[in-house]
Amino acid sequence: MKYGGRFGQFGGFYVPEVLILALEEMEKAFYKYYKDKKFTTELDVLYHDYAGRPTPLYYATRFSELVGFKVYIKREDLLHGGAHKVNNCLGQGLLAKYMGKTKLIAETGAGQHGLATSMVGALFGMQTKIFMGTIDVERQSVNVHKMRLCGAEVIPVKGGTETLKDAINEALRYWTANVADTFYLFGTACGPHPYPTIVKHFQSCIGIEARAQCLEKMGKLPDIVTACVGGGSNAIGIFSAFVDDKNVKLIGVEPAGKGIKTGKHAAPLNAGKVGILHGTKMYLMQNKEGQILDTESISAGLDYPGVGPEHCLLKDTGRAQYVAVEDKDVLDIFDIFTKCEGILPALESSHSLAWVYSQKGKLPADTTVVVNLSGRGDKDVDIVERNRK
Amino acid sequence: MKTYKQTFAECRKASHSGLKRAALIPFFVIGDPDFDTSFEIIKAAIDAGVDILELGVAFSDPIADGPTIQKADIRALASGINIEKAKDLIRKIKSYKDIPIGLLMYYNLIYQYGTEKFFVDFARAGVNSVLIADLSIDDVDEIYAPARKAGLDTVFMVTPNTEIERAKKIAEKCTGFIYTVSLLGVTGGRDTLSDMIKPLISRLKSITDVPVCVGFGISTPQHAVELAKAGADGVIIGSRIVKIIEDNLNDKKSIPAKVKEFLSQIKEAIEAK
Repeated sequence: MKYGGRFGQFGGFYVPEVLILALEEMEKAFYKYYKDKKFTTELDVLYHDYAGRPTPLYYATRFSELVGFKVYIKREDLLHGGAHKVNNCLGQGLLAKYMGKTKLIAETGAGQHGLATSMVGALFGMQTKIFMGTIDVERQSVNVHKMRLCGAEVIPVKGGTETLKDAINEALRYWTANVADTFYLFGTACGPHPYPTIVKHFQSCIGIEARAQCLEKMGKLPDIVTACVGGGSNAIGIFSAFVDDKNVKLIGVEPAGKGIKTGKHAAPLNAGKVGILHGTKMYLMQNKEGQILDTESISAGLDYPGVGPEHCLLKDTGRAQYVAVEDKDVLDIFDIFTKCEGILPALESSHSLAWVYSQKGKLPADTTVVVNLSGRGDKDVDIVERNRK
Repeated sequence: MKTYKQTFAECRKASHSGLKRAALIPFFVIGDPDFDTSFEIIKAAIDAGVDILELGVAFSDPIADGPTIQKADIRALASGINIEKAKDLIRKIKSYKDIPIGLLMYYNLIYQYGTEKFFVDFARAGVNSVLIADLSIDDVDEIYAPARKAGLDTVFMVTPNTEIERAKKIAEKCTGFIYTVSLLGVTGGRDTLSDMIKPLISRLKSITDVPVCVGFGISTPQHAVELAKAGADGVIIGSRIVKIIEDNLNDKKSIPAKVKEFLSQIKEAIEAK
């Protein structure tokens, strides 16, 4: 491997020997193409014509009135597929195509990444397999149908907590046996190097657009940029453009599930310890001996015991702050925001909205906040209904 | 304490008709299906005449393992195994017989314990080496010096897709043996031997004198014999044995004898080859 993929002490590539060659190939291909004229032109066209980029930065008038300061929404929910995941999938899918790979595999939690991978698999004519925990298959059945309609094979993963973590375990196992012709299209800015770097790169369009849109609409940079954090791809995508703007506060919002104190959450940056899982060193939910703990969150997309290594570094350096909100506040804001704006936010993205709402009356009226609305909530309507009972 | 070096030397001496005998190395998950049965099973394996023990410490997320070992990990964890109890079992095994023991485990458990302390404490308990499934030669510096300082041998994996220059680097850092993975994939019993393994053994033999032990997918006496003939210094059999445990959970008392019988067959086959 040419680079170590380190973010301070975090990151790296802690994987079995059998996967090293594939990661090396991927690193080499990424650095060969990511600035290549032909590659970037092709990707830009796909971003524009297929995915629907650029996405608008919307001033949420009524929600702003409600909270008492100015809230702008980065509308990643309007993208094809309904979430920011398509940015990364088009980028990695195109990379797979340039590398001559013919098969895609991916893990998925909420199903958004699985769906985006399935779309891209159809687009590029690649055989696609999606690994998904059985619990997630059940709680995100609409997305499962959509994946199958795109021609993907959805493989339900039993064992463990039957959620995102286990889907990643199984995808990694499958990859070790099929490493020669299969491209593992990893969904978040986590996992072994070079994934955190690749995913961040392909998601950085969110931040680049948002920053320019702020300057255009507000004539200045925002005071706060906030995004939900599971693995952390949408957050690192928007944060990356603002990291050097020292006056812009970066707030990542983790899922506190039933409450940090109950232990039933998925907030490693708030309540985890440094450890190694899925190829990377990161903050991790684990017991004293290092066994990975079960996580809990109403949002399948954030239900993961680890978090991207760059977020770990941003936390340690203090450049970003990571807070956590509970399921009940997420459900409340889902209703409040939808009634206010007529926009259904994904339960994942609702976490950052819930944090914004928690600041009601606490921030000066001229404060400007950008929320990355990473996905739309259509997939979550049933879950919200069920939890209301 | 008996070393790998002594064991491999004994195996070489036990050669007949010009062929050295391959070391027989069974793999067990410590505490599978429970502490006491696990001890009885391992004693039975020792009685069958195995040369080295490869022992796993159960982890919640074993990404290099197929379903059989995954289930064994779950059984061991459910029966209450933890790091301290694993250490106790190793001590008990060593007082039963001085046999070399290699641990095979995942990095997070070692990292949380404290890498240096882990090596020191487990060397003291009687372990000869600690192979970390998810730590490659690229991060050798995180473990090599502390392992050697604690008196441990080092073992790393080579796979069929490891390039030759890289294999040389790995061999240089292996003081115990090279854990040679026979196939591309995870652990698990297989009906046939991967066609990648014999060329891989030859490649390794052309670049190093470090003993080459082969694991992953080795399931029958015939597999073991074929590998020995191809030049392997040791054969590691995991899932096939762990499956005996899985298949007899309703009659745990019968497991040690069944494991012993299976290992005796393998032993006989490699001695009579």
